[in-house]
Amino acid sequence: MAEYVGQPVLRYDGIGHVTARTRYVDDIQLPGMLYIKVLTSPVHKGIIRHLDTSAAERMPGVAGVITAKDVPGKNAYGLIPDQPVFTPEHIRYKGERIAAVAAVDEDTAMEALEKIKLDIEEQEPVFDPFKAMEPGAPLVRPEGNVWEFNSGKTRKIRFGDVEKGFAEADVIVEGTYTTATNDHAPMEPQVSVAYIDETDRLAIYTVSQDLYFHLGMLTAIFNLPMNKIRYIGGTVGGGFGSKNDIHCDHVAGLMALKIRKPVKYRHTRREETAYTTKRGPWTFYFKDGVKKDGRIIARYVKTVHDTGGYAGMGPYVVDKNSILVAGPYAIPNVWVDGICVFTNKPPCSSMRGFGIINGTAADQLQTARVAEAIGKDPWEVHFINAWREGDLGATQFKVEAAGLIEAMKRAAELAGIELPAHLKAMSSRGR
Amino acid sequence: MKYVLSFNLNGLPVDTLVKATDTLLDVLREKLNVVSPKRGCDNGDCGACTVLVNGEPVRACLTIGLTVAGKNVQTVEGLQQDGKLHPLQRAFHEHYAAQCGFCTPGMLIAAKALLDKNPKPTREQIVEGISGNLCRCGTYVEVVEAIQAVAAGKYKE
Amino acid sequence: MKKRGIGIAVGTHPAGLKGGGDPSQAQIRLKPDGTFDLLNGAVDIGQGCKTILRQLAADELDVPLENITHQNIDTDTGPMCTGTFASRVTFMDGNAVLAAAADLKKKIRDWAAEYFECSPADVEVANNKVFVKGVPEKSLSMAEVGAMVNWGGKFLVGTGAYTPGPGQQFDPETGKMTAIASLAFGCCVAEVEVDTETGVVDVLKLVQVFEVGKAMNRLLCKGQNNGGAMMGIGFGLTENVCPYYPTMDFAVQDLTDYVITTAADMPPVMVEDIVEVPHPNGPRGAKGYSEMTASLAGPAILNAIHNAIGVWITDYPATPERILKALEAAHA
Ligand code: FES
Ligand code: FES
Repeated sequence: MAEYVGQPVLRYDGIGHVTARTRYVDDIQLPGMLYIKVLTSPVHKGIIRHLDTSAAERMPGVAGVITAKDVPGKNAYGLIPDQPVFTPEHIRYKGERIAAVAAVDEDTAMEALEKIKLDIEEQEPVFDPFKAMEPGAPLVRPEGNVWEFNSGKTRKIRFGDVEKGFAEADVIVEGTYTTATNDHAPMEPQVSVAYIDETDRLAIYTVSQDLYFHLGMLTAIFNLPMNKIRYIGGTVGGGFGSKNDIHCDHVAGLMALKIRKPVKYRHTRREETAYTTKRGPWTFYFKDGVKKDGRIIARYVKTVHDTGGYAGMGPYVVDKNSILVAGPYAIPNVWVDGICVFTNKPPCSSMRGFGIINGTAADQLQTARVAEAIGKDPWEVHFINAWREGDLGATQFKVEAAGLIEAMKRAAELAGIELPAHLKAMSSRGR
Repeated sequence: MKYVLSFNLNGLPVDTLVKATDTLLDVLREKLNVVSPKRGCDNGDCGACTVLVNGEPVRACLTIGLTVAGKNVQTVEGLQQDGKLHPLQRAFHEHYAAQCGFCTPGMLIAAKALLDKNPKPTREQIVEGISGNLCRCGTYVEVVEAIQAVAAGKYKE
Repeated sequence: MKKRGIGIAVGTHPAGLKGGGDPSQAQIRLKPDGTFDLLNGAVDIGQGCKTILRQLAADELDVPLENITHQNIDTDTGPMCTGTFASRVTFMDGNAVLAAAADLKKKIRDWAAEYFECSPADVEVANNKVFVKGVPEKSLSMAEVGAMVNWGGKFLVGTGAYTPGPGQQFDPETGKMTAIASLAFGCCVAEVEVDTETGVVDVLKLVQVFEVGKAMNRLLCKGQNNGGAMMGIGFGLTENVCPYYPTMDFAVQDLTDYVITTAADMPPVMVEDIVEVPHPNGPRGAKGYSEMTASLAGPAILNAIHNAIGVWITDYPATPERILKALEAAHA
């Protein structure tokens, strides 16, 4: 019997990496390839009153200019497809794409961008999600600044009866926590190479983490069937969720379709940092009802997630966070209100953990405070509340193959911490 | 205005036409198609573009191309000798010191520069030697282990 | 003054899309010399799927690993994969690869049953051979099978797909949502030293243990564990795109100001390990977990800071400025 699973088999792509034979997208150069630069909004919020690209088009060395008018299909993409490739009118964040130029080199393309006449009526932006929720706040979106879930303006998780839990609790512990905007900062910035191939199809070398997911979005933008796009990828220089959203393929693809020449569009590190999707910031409010013995019997969580100017994966991230924000604990009464707010910032989306890292960051400070409030060792609180096999989570899923207690025991051992005998005797297989 | 730039690349002479503003990274990647040095930031922050110029590690993105005229430039493409992997390449592979692999060429060159000067570095010296090379996959533990293994003679030909 | 403290954090992490409904497919072809091509659509972003999917295919087909290539080059050739995100590839694509290998084995058995004139149930595919159980003379090497199948005008391709179940919506009133492919678990212990004059935090020791169901490849797990820890340290101590949030003033511009960890930020003692509670639906028991490796170091460090200096830092990241302000407020 072959038994490779579990063995330290060397990386299949490891030799490629150490010899630098691995080909990343920016390593690809095609004969006659042109370079794209993108004109982005210099203001956080506004309306495009006038856009004239003719001077840029006439400039020597420029092969083509595209704007919203050059999108043959849907000028919208994303998991929730609400973000335009090029905005035709409304600007919702500084850095939003307006036009793109392809030229013989990036310097020429940059020069051409300066020749584009752009007249924007600037409007008052809103950055603070709490202000954005107030009545009368500047509207980031015509439909309102708070995302509508199928449950209304909050994602509601209702499990048990939190009020009853608070009434039965010996101690109430409250806390507010925030997490910051994070950048994925993969070492490989976003880049795309697009050309018309030998079968007259659009071919795109991509850094996408999700070939089929993005292929679906691209077919809608280009108005092409899937088999008219050859989407080439599979090797990525770090993603962490940044390449879970399209940042360059739509622009490069549209340009190649228009000028029928090979093009490369790559972000500088500054463009990467300023304009790509981010891990959005959060505010968490927790209120726990706790028994003196350490049992958490009620947990109320209210979360506010700032998703920037477009939905991206923001509402999805709030959903995912809501499922697990109460932590890996058997808490009989849980109430979660998750809110996703638009502000005039670059859209926030997925990053390593889809909101779960943020939930864990908050819930673990709160749980440590619970231990402090009742004068117990944090280990005790984690152990007695930890999910056992068959426990229910806050959204009523059943915990299968529970393993938190086993992980904690091993971690304590490796950290040289002697756990009390009654904790050591515990197991995920029973309470 | 373009200039002829002549230098030695991985042991072989090359001539190419460059602008005065072209960086060594532009020259290597865009003109010569030598793509092991990566453009991680173009700003001197990440170390992914590290190459050896006359044996010294430099950031190709901060080095004006014309300044390497007549010098020896070494990249990962030149690490293999007689078709055999360099000990550092073998050690990196066997220690899983590359995940996505994007920072790896720069790491390898930084490691080579360190070991060329100091074949028996302490752990602290290794950490210092690679601390200018960012790896977002976070392979630092494995990179240090790989360099330690080479320094300990485990990858002698 | 320098003060030391210890903090812990625990967590859980699901594999796959919230609400399920995120399938993956795989295809394995038998070549004329008895070697195989494995095709799938998952992207290797450094996590190592190109490595572990071959391991699974080789085990299921019971053939040498080096006899299997892996291709995920483009959407012309690669079968569908929802994507490399949400710690889902090991679980979903792993199961798809196992299904494709099982399918190919069945097709090889059916072919061999005809050749050996026996029932498919009597044919065994094992040890890189195809043979009739208990009849040693009725045995072919996989190389022989590959040649006879392909030059004989047949094409054996195993296909497999896996989905954790149909996509689910949240119940609008209760939030009921039961589609969770697997849950992995973890625990992190951090030991820090806080300089109360400068607010600088040194992480002296970091212990991380993850419960992963079944490690496909222990050293790839090690890379995820240590690498995720480095990202988690950044999350806890430095990383902030908008330091004056909620305003965009002085938002960071590049890697000079967006401070991610370097080798110099490695805790002098870093320990990682795994434990395994096999998941009934995971490929060979595996769960998906690697996003979680970045989740625990941050809160463990902030809890350790509290243990060291007695004040809670409730805003991530715990910058020196925030620590000094919190200390000042505590003493006021
Ligand atoms: S590309 Fe030169 S240091 Fe980053
Ligand atoms: S291996 Fe991915 S950045 Fe270093």
